[in-house]
Formats: sequence, structure tokens, C-alpha cells
Amino acid sequence: MSAIGAPADAGPASTGPLAAARAQRRAGRRWYRQPALMAGIVILVIVVGMALAAPLLTSYSPITQNLSASLLGPGAHHLLGTDQLGRDTFTRLLYGLRLDLRIAFIVVLFPFCLGTVLGSLAGYFGGWVDAVIMRLVDIVVAFPFYVLVIALVFVLGPGERSIYIAITAVGWVAYARIIRGEILVAKRQDYVTAARAGGLSSLRIMGRHLLPNVITQAFIYAMSDIVQDILAIVTLGYLGLGIPPPTADLGSMINDGQNFLSTHWQLTTIPGLVVVVVGLGLSLVGDGLADLFRPGR
Amino acid sequence: MGTETILEVRDLHVRIASRRGIVRAVDGVSFEVPRGGALGVVGESGSGKSMTLRAILGVLPPEARVTSGQILLDGVDLVQLRSSEVNRLRGPKMSMIFQEPMSALNPVMRIGRQIAEGPQVHLGYSRARAAERALELMRRVGIPDPERRFRAYPHEFSGGMRQRVMIAIALSCDPEIILCDEPTTALDVTIQDQILRLLTRLCRESGVSLVFVTHDLPVVAQVCQDIAVMYGGQLVERGEVREVLLDPRHPYTLGLVRSAPDFEYVRDALVPIPGSPPSLVSPPPGCRFHPRCDFAEDDCRVSQTPLRLLPGGRATACLHYERCLDAIAADRGRP
Repeated sequence: MSAIGAPADAGPASTGPLAAARAQRRAGRRWYRQPALMAGIVILVIVVGMALAAPLLTSYSPITQNLSASLLGPGAHHLLGTDQLGRDTFTRLLYGLRLDLRIAFIVVLFPFCLGTVLGSLAGYFGGWVDAVIMRLVDIVVAFPFYVLVIALVFVLGPGERSIYIAITAVGWVAYARIIRGEILVAKRQDYVTAARAGGLSSLRIMGRHLLPNVITQAFIYAMSDIVQDILAIVTLGYLGLGIPPPTADLGSMINDGQNFLSTHWQLTTIPGLVVVVVGLGLSLVGDGLADLFRPGR
Repeated sequence: MGTETILEVRDLHVRIASRRGIVRAVDGVSFEVPRGGALGVVGESGSGKSMTLRAILGVLPPEARVTSGQILLDGVDLVQLRSSEVNRLRGPKMSMIFQEPMSALNPVMRIGRQIAEGPQVHLGYSRARAAERALELMRRVGIPDPERRFRAYPHEFSGGMRQRVMIAIALSCDPEIILCDEPTTALDVTIQDQILRLLTRLCRESGVSLVFVTHDLPVVAQVCQDIAVMYGGQLVERGEVREVLLDPRHPYTLGLVRSAPDFEYVRDALVPIPGSPPSLVSPPPGCRFHPRCDFAEDDCRVSQTPLRLLPGGRATACLHYERCLDAIAADRGRP
């Protein structure tokens, strides 16, 4: 409210300042004018770029052991030193990041799709379809996210596939709830009645008329969900339930380095910091994009 | 094809389950629409006009349903059909134009694709051919520069243009009857006239029948040949439009024309109908209009009032319709 504190005569003739404020708000919506979003993008570009360019940035292998060069400190040959098996920490960091980011970006898609489909069905058809799907949601929601994911991966056995299955099985409920709520509101709109009056099938009305109107909300949620997913992947790695060794993974690196915390703090601390930075970057980008996509702001 | 009557509704009952009880939204309505004809259905808000339309089209809200009666479209009873079979008729056989052209168009879909969707689904047109069809329809309903407007979204259109789009969608599969739910209520008067002329011209050209629901009497007089007056979920009067509006045979119709401005019915002042519409959960016994009626007698409060045929193909539900004659004469007698 730009009028507060302005002189009284600014009241009726305030088209100038008001228009300026409006222009400023509009400009504020431009993506490159949002400092938080820009900061997030910069962080992500650097991190993802480094992960993608891993083979160019380092000549070491992330898994080949060299026991004669174990536990070296940071130096010219090994930028961040080596671990107890003589593997270059910087190299493992890059390859670990590469793997974890790839899994995170893929794993966010499955719950998104599953939850959107089930949520649409529940919201559109109602009745017993809704009852069955929403009771399933209640069951999943009854457990904390990590407890269920860890239990599922434990049962399925460590590995990339288990991570996909576990996070999908637990993560879809949030999308289902969001989409169901949105569909419940949207299906009361006249354009849905009009589509029905046009003799279109339920499937077509859901897919072509309702989903494009409601998918934004699920998309906004996915932006923050990916942060949770990458933390889950790292947590599983830390617990030894992630990608089996010797493949580099941030979680297992943190765990491996713990034994040498008093002498070689960088083995644990640096991967931990990288996780924090990646999470921060994804959060900033997620929030920024959510603000841009959120209608009516 | 063949029969003279395109749509016949027989003794239609629609009930709505609500928290206050069962609402008898439509209670024994019967009418017919001749092929190529236009029927106007008038009445106050909540008189069951829209519910009748939605029942015909089979797009009632989930808590409402047809409890008895027949809806014969070209001789086929829609009430008996399965929903998938009715679905195939919506579009190529009958279509609907809604009151709010703003909300009846999908906000995130391009105009052209919304018009092209019907032909694609029902007529088996390819994407390209359906787009051609959409452009042709946009030209027919008078949307300027259709090639450019094809890719526009509904919010880029004015109210009148949106209603033209709705008409194009309704016509897209060459239906035999179009159901209009107050199509001009949300428009400016000048635009309203354009849209009405367009609608009547297009329907005449292609022999499409119309059911026109509205509470705007001059509009009915402009568009329709026949009129059906609804009150409290029932039909109270039916007949040729000019006869009914200039010479009503039911006190409710008389009340409507007396309370409508700029209509040819002669009177020196607008006279509102006293009271408010009846509750359809527990409607008054006897004639539903009797609590608001000046002419009501004891028998109005007790006996059922079905439509009775009058000379000249008209019908009224009023037991004492002769009293309207005196009232009309008195209105005309005034200077």
C-alpha cells in the first residue's frame, strides 16, 4: 500500500504512484527480478554443471582404490584429499552428486504421476472410488515419511530401484490430496457441465478439461517435494540402504568419513555441506517458481 | 427424422436431495417442441426451468435425478437410455448454450480447439479437418479475424464474443435441437439483441429447434413461437407466445407481464407479484400459486390443478382463469 504516509493530496491524483506500484508489482513477477529465485538458479547451475562435467573436472576414478595414498589432506594433487581407501574425495563428491541428483529428478516424477491420476479419479468420480483411494491415502499418511521409506527400502533391499519404489509408494499421497481437492472444486464449474453437455467422455473431460486447470498446484508441490526426495536419498545412503558401495553417493560418503571425524573432518563435513547447498538451491528455485506459477498473485 | 415433434417431455419429475429434505424441483412437467420450432420457458428463479433443461440433456447435478416421466427426443426415451448412449446424442443431436459464457468456456484451452473438439469426438473428424470446421463456424457466428482468434484464450474475448463462441460450439455437430439456459442474461442489452438475432437466424437457416429458458419476456416474444410458463416446478400455462403474453389465462402469467417493463402489455404502472416463490420441499397444497394469488378461492387451496386445454390449443392450470379476463379488461380500460 503505497498510499500510507503519503500526503493527503496524493489521494485522488494518485494514478502516478499507483501505476508505478502496479508496474513494480508486475516487474516483480518477472523471474529474473526475483533475487531468491536467481540465487537458487545460480546455485543449481553451478552444482548441476559440476556434476555433469565431472569427467572433465577430474582425472581420477571415483571407485579405483589406491591404498598407498589413503587419507591424504587437501593438496595440489587431491583438491579435497583422499579417503581411507585412497580415492579422491573431490572426484567422489562430483560423481556422488551426479548420481543423487539424477535419482532425485527421476524419483519426483513417479509420485507426481501416480498421485495425479489417483487424485483425479477420486475427485471426479467420488463415491466408492473416492472412498477406497482416500482410505489408502489415510493409511500412508498415518506413518511419518522417513519411517515408511526406510522400512520399504529395507524390505526391498538396497539399490536404485528400491528407492524409486519406496518414494513413489509414500510420496503419491500428497499429490493425490492436492489434485482431488482441486478437482472437487473445478468439476463444479460451468465449463465442465458444458463439456458434459457436449457429449465428451469422462476420461476426456478429466484429461483435457480438468487436469490442465489443476495440474499447476501439483507442479508447485513437486518443486518442494524434490528437496525432500534428495534428502531421503542421502539419508538412505547414510544408513547403508542406498546405492551399494563402491559407487559414490553423498550419504555413504558422510557415513564413511564419520570414523575419521577427529583427524579428517573434511571427509564428512564437505559432503554434508554440499547436501545443504543443493537443498538450499532447490528450495529457492522451487519457491520462486511456485510464486510465478501460483495464479492471482 | 420424420416425426413432426422433435422433443416431447411427458410428466417429468426431478427430485433433488438436500439437507432440508427432498426438493421437488420439477413436478409433472409436459410440453412438446415442433421440429424447427422454438419454445420459450419462463418463470422466476427456482421455478425449475434450468433443472428441466438439464434433465433433458442428462447433465443434472449429482444430487438430482429424474424420478419419473419420459423425455422423447425424436421418439427415443432419453430417461431409459444408459448414460453412455445419451452421451453419444449430446452434440450431434442436442446441445446447450449456457448463461455465463465466461465460466462455460475452459479458461486454459484455446478457443479454436474448444469449438473443434465436438466434431473431432462425435463426427470423427481429423484434427486438421475439425480445425477447418471451427474456422467455418467462427465465420458463421460473426467472429472477426477467425484465423487469429482461433489461437486465443477465452479471457481475451468480450462477453458477446464468448457467447458467439458458445453458439459455435453448440452448432458444431449440427444438432437438431439447442437448449438455451438464459443465454443473454449476462450480456449488455445491445449485445443481447445481436446475439438473439444471430441465434434465431442460424437456427432458421439450418432448421434447428430451440428450447429457450429465460425470465425475460420480451426476449421470448422475439425468439419463440410457443411459450410455457413455470411456477414452483409445475407448468401453469402454455400456448402461442403472443396470445399468452398479451392475453394471459393464469394469474401468475398476468403477474409476470404486469411486473415486466417495456413490454407491449398495456398498463400504467409496474405491479409486482406479492410474496415469494413456494418452498419446493413442502409445497402448498392445491394450486401452488394460491398464497400469492388475488383471485384465490377455497377450492384453489385444496384441489390439484392440472393443465386444462382451452380453445385455440392453449392450456392453463388455473381453476378460475376467467377472472384474468376481467383484470385484463380493467388494465386496458385505464387511460
